[in-house]
Amino acid sequence: MRFGFDEDRLLLQNSLRNFLASECPTERVRALWDTTTGRSPELWKSLAELGVTGLLAPEAHEGMGMDETFLVLLQEEAGRAALVEPLVATSVAVPLLVELGARALCERWLKPIAVGEAIVAVGHPVNAFVSDAHVASLLLLAHEDEIHALAPAEVALVRQPVNDPGRRVFSVRWTPTVATRIAHGPQARELLAAALDRGALACAAQLLGVSERLLDLAVAYAQQRVQFGQPIGAFQAVKHHLANVKVALEYARPVVYRAAHSVARRAATRAIDVSHAKVAAGEAAALAAKTALQVHGAIGYTWEQDLHVWMRRAWSLELAWGSGRFHRERVADCILAPGARIGPGTTFEGGE
Amino acid sequence: MDLRYTPEQQAFRAQARAWLEANVPKQPLASFDTREGFEAHRAWEAKLMAGGWAVVSWPVEYGGRGANLLEWLIFEEEYYRAGAPRRVNQNGIFLLGPTLMEFGTPEQKARYLPKMASSEEVWAQGWSEPNAGSDMAAIQASALRDGDCYVLRGQKTWASRGAFAHWLFGLFRSDPASERHRGLTFVLVPLDAPGVTVRPIAQLDGETGFAEVFLDDVRVPVANRLGAEGQGWSVAMATAGFERGLMLRSPARFQATAKRLVDLYRANAASCEPVLRDQTVRCWMNAEAYALDTYRTVSRLLAGGKIGAEASLNKIFWSELDLRMHETALRILGERAELLPEAPAAHGVGDWLDGHLFALSGPIYAGTNEIQRNVIAERILGLPKGA
Repeated sequence: MRFGFDEDRLLLQNSLRNFLASECPTERVRALWDTTTGRSPELWKSLAELGVTGLLAPEAHEGMGMDETFLVLLQEEAGRAALVEPLVATSVAVPLLVELGARALCERWLKPIAVGEAIVAVGHPVNAFVSDAHVASLLLLAHEDEIHALAPAEVALVRQPVNDPGRRVFSVRWTPTVATRIAHGPQARELLAAALDRGALACAAQLLGVSERLLDLAVAYAQQRVQFGQPIGAFQAVKHHLANVKVALEYARPVVYRAAHSVARRAATRAIDVSHAKVAAGEAAALAAKTALQVHGAIGYTWEQDLHVWMRRAWSLELAWGSGRFHRERVADCILAPGARIGPGTTFEGGE
Repeated sequence: MDLRYTPEQQAFRAQARAWLEANVPKQPLASFDTREGFEAHRAWEAKLMAGGWAVVSWPVEYGGRGANLLEWLIFEEEYYRAGAPRRVNQNGIFLLGPTLMEFGTPEQKARYLPKMASSEEVWAQGWSEPNAGSDMAAIQASALRDGDCYVLRGQKTWASRGAFAHWLFGLFRSDPASERHRGLTFVLVPLDAPGVTVRPIAQLDGETGFAEVFLDDVRVPVANRLGAEGQGWSVAMATAGFERGLMLRSPARFQATAKRLVDLYRANAASCEPVLRDQTVRCWMNAEAYALDTYRTVSRLLAGGKIGAEASLNKIFWSELDLRMHETALRILGERAELLPEAPAAHGVGDWLDGHLFALSGPIYAGTNEIQRNVIAERILGLPKGA
C-alpha cells in the first residue's frame, strides 16, 4: 500500500510543466483564440516529441507504453497551462483503438498520433458535441451501440460557438454504414464505457491544474494588491475565501489520483471512482473560479486580465464528459443500491 | 502507486476483526460523560488493553504493538466497522501519549504511559482559559518555580473529560515577565492534588463533557514538567499537530457515519425531499475523500515526510463533513428528528440527534475552523499575517 507517485512520474510531470511554462504562456493561448482553427500544429508536434500524445500507445507504435497513472499528472499540467490542444480526446482514442484490437486501424493511426501527425476526435453519447472535429484526421463516432471510424471527408461539421474561446466544438452530421463500423454490441458498449471513464478522468485531472492555477493567481494578487494600507491578503475575509479553495482542491486531488489508478488497473470500482473524481474536481474548480474573481475584484472582471482564461476552462471542463449531475447520479446509483459495499475498510476493496 | 494491502496487513486486519467481533459490547455503553458511562468505558479500555488493542501504534514496551500508521488506519477501520465504543482516554492515548514519547524522560514514559494505555489514568486537556481561547498564547495561569515544585495558580476551562479524569495536561506561564508564546511550560497535573477544584460544566447536550479547573497554589513536582521550562509552546504545538492531524479523527469514524447515513436514507427514501439523495451521496463521497487523503498523507509520512500546517486542512474538512452528515440525517428524519431516544415514537431515529449536538462542536474544538483557515492562508498559501 503506497498512495503516491514515484520519481519517474513526478519528473515527467515536471518536464511538461516547464515546457508549457515556456512554450505555452498565456499570450500564446490567447493568440490562438483568434486563429482560424484555434489550434497550433507546432505545439502539438512538440507535445508529441515529449511523448505526451503517444503516452498510452504501445511502444511498437512509437508510443510510450505508459498508463493513466502517468497521464493524470500530465493532464493536470495541461489544465495549469490552459492548454486547449486535444489531449482529452487523445487519451480516450488511443486506448480505444488499442483495446479494439483491430490491427489495421492500429497500424494506420497509432504511430501518426504518437508522432503528432494525426489528431483523433471522439463523438461519445455523453457529449452533445464533438471537440476539435475540424482538425481531426480520424473521427471515432458512436451510433447507438456501435462505434464508427470516419474520415473528415465523410462528415459535415457545424461549429457551435461556446463560452470558452479556446474551445472548438461541432455538431457532426454523418451516415453510419457497415463499412464505417469498427465495433458493435457488447464490445462497443464496453469500449464506450471505458471511453467515458477516460474522458471524465482526463477532464478531472485538468480541472485540478486549472483550480491550482486560479488559486495561485488569486493568492499572488492578494499579496500585492494594497488597500487600507496593507495587502488585501492580510484580511481574514480574503484569507478564508482562499483557504476554502485550498481545502476543496486538496480533497479533490487524492480522489482524482485514485481514479487514475483505478482506470489504469481496470479496477472494478473504476466507474464510480472516476465519477467521484469528476464531481470533486469540477466543484473545486467552480469554487476556485468564483473565489479568484471575487478576490481580484473589478480588475478580474476585465477581458484584458488573464483570470478568465482559467475561469472558462473550469466551466467548460466541468461540463465535458458528463456534468456534475451526471456523475453524481452514477455514484448515487452505485452506493444507494441494496448490498453496496461501503463503510470503513471498503475503500480499496475494488482492488484491481 | 500501489493500493493493495500486503498479506501481513490483511492478516493484521483479520486478527483485529476477529478480536473485535468477539469482544465489542453488544449493547452501546452509556455516554462517557456520565459517571456510570465513564467507568463502563474505562472497563472497555482495560479489556482492549488486555487483548493488546488499546494502543496499537505505541511501542511494545508500553503496551502497544509497534504498528505503523498504515496498520493503525487498518485497526481504526476495523474498530469503527465493529461499532466499538468511543475512546474515553483519547486525550491521553492519541494526544499526550505521542508527545510524551517525543519529549518525555525515560522516567516519565515509564510512569505515565502504561497507566494511560490501560486507562487506569484518564487524561483531560488544559489549554483554554477564560481569556485565552482561540488566542491560546494569552495564557495567564502560572507555574512558578519553588524549589522542587511548580506552584500552579489560575483557571483552565473547557477541559475535555475534565469532570471525571484523573490527570490534566496543559500550558502554564512559568516566567511572569514573559509574553505570548514565550515563557510557557508544559505541566502534568494530578487532579486530586490539594488546591485543585474541578467544576463540571453541563454541555449543550446536558452532559458534563468538559469542566473548569481552578488551581489554587497547587504544588506539582518539577518532575511533572514535559520538555524544558519555557519551551511549553513548541511541546504543545507537537500535541496540537497530532490532534489536528491524523490521530484525533481517523477517516473510519466518518465512513461509519456515512454508511449509517446511506442506510437511513435508503430506509426513508420514499418520504425524503429529492435533494437529500444528492446530499447523502455527497457526504459519502467526502468521507471517502477524507480516507483517500489520509492514506496519501500516511504514505508520505511513512516515506519520511512530516505533517505540518496541512493538518488544518484535515480539521476543517472532517468537522464540516461530520456536521453536514448529521444535518442531512436530521432532515431525512423530518419531524421525528427532535425525538429523544426514550420517546415512545423514537423507533428508527438512531442517535442522530445527540450526534448532531456533538458534531456542532467539531468546528469549535481543537482550534476553531476560523483559526485553521488563518493557518492555511498564512502558512500554506503564504498570505501576510493579519494586522
